[in-house]
Amino acid sequence: MNALLKWLAVIWAVLLWSAAPLPAVAGPEKWTPLEKDGLHDPQGPAIHELQQPGEALSQMPPDSVGNQVRWVEALRKGVINPRTNILPETKIQVLDQDLIYGNTGDNWFVLFPHKAHTEWLDCANCHEGVFKSKFGATGFKMMDILAGKACGQCHGAVSFPLTECRRCHSIDPGTFKGKLGPQQAAGGKP
Amino acid sequence: MGKSHIHKPKRNFILWLMALLILASGVEIVPQARAEYGDVVINNQSDKAGMRPPIFPHWFHRIRFRCKVCHADLGFKFQAGGNQINMLKIIDGEFCGACHNGEIAWSVENCDVCHSGKPGTPTQVHGSTVQKLIGKPAPAAGQK
Repeated sequence: MNALLKWLAVIWAVLLWSAAPLPAVAGPEKWTPLEKDGLHDPQGPAIHELQQPGEALSQMPPDSVGNQVRWVEALRKGVINPRTNILPETKIQVLDQDLIYGNTGDNWFVLFPHKAHTEWLDCANCHEGVFKSKFGATGFKMMDILAGKACGQCHGAVSFPLTECRRCHSIDPGTFKGKLGPQQAAGGKP
Repeated sequence: MGKSHIHKPKRNFILWLMALLILASGVEIVPQARAEYGDVVINNQSDKAGMRPPIFPHWFHRIRFRCKVCHADLGFKFQAGGNQINMLKIIDGEFCGACHNGEIAWSVENCDVCHSGKPGTPTQVHGSTVQKLIGKPAPAAGQK
């Protein structure tokens, strides 16, 4: 009986360890040093001149995925103040308008905040190429996004990854009473 | 197996201790080889030219520049290796050279700072969903 319990505990512990994500660790050790990251050549002559991710990213609002940083929050809180343009004639246009997509199958509706996106991107980055300006005119599926198209050009490559379903699919169809499409008053949600 | 001769609270304590030890050792042996999400390797020409491929750290540049600076003003496509970039264009102030000119950022004579990747690393966005679903890209052309 004793041995059985012991083995159960062992199996339970191993399962727990392999299934659960590691607890968030505070400090730079959350990020892999460049010389050990598998991409950088540890023999490169300038490897020690590069800034280590942990040095910069540990100062930012923490996340559990991607670069372990909440980038939109970092920008809004003023933790970072990245340049908006190189060409002097480039206009900064931030659009405070949410879109709600309803054609989401069994999943929740999608809320797309223009604000968080235009704080980083230019209108021309999406319109009229990746997305048509007319709501619903583009027509894309989750498989396209997973294959790196539409939203997947950035989400799943540099902005928060596609494992975070609920960050986009954030509207419960069961309780949603409003109208789909462009929203009148911006929610202010990131 | 006879009836347990260890007192029950003590037995529970031993079990918990074992579980904790296993958990602790498990955390330590997790492999650490993981580059930053969004790191871009561009190896259109470097291997052929006998240089290490450049690594573009998205995270580093995001702290200092919004996406639009490169992807709107400078014409970088949303695709690793999607632009035909060479050192001549960079020296002429195109692409990376718009900033890496000794004014906004350090200039092009610091070859090894960008060309810092392991030789033979293929063009890729590290950690991307496409990479995870479809698998790692094939080694760069000319590499065995």
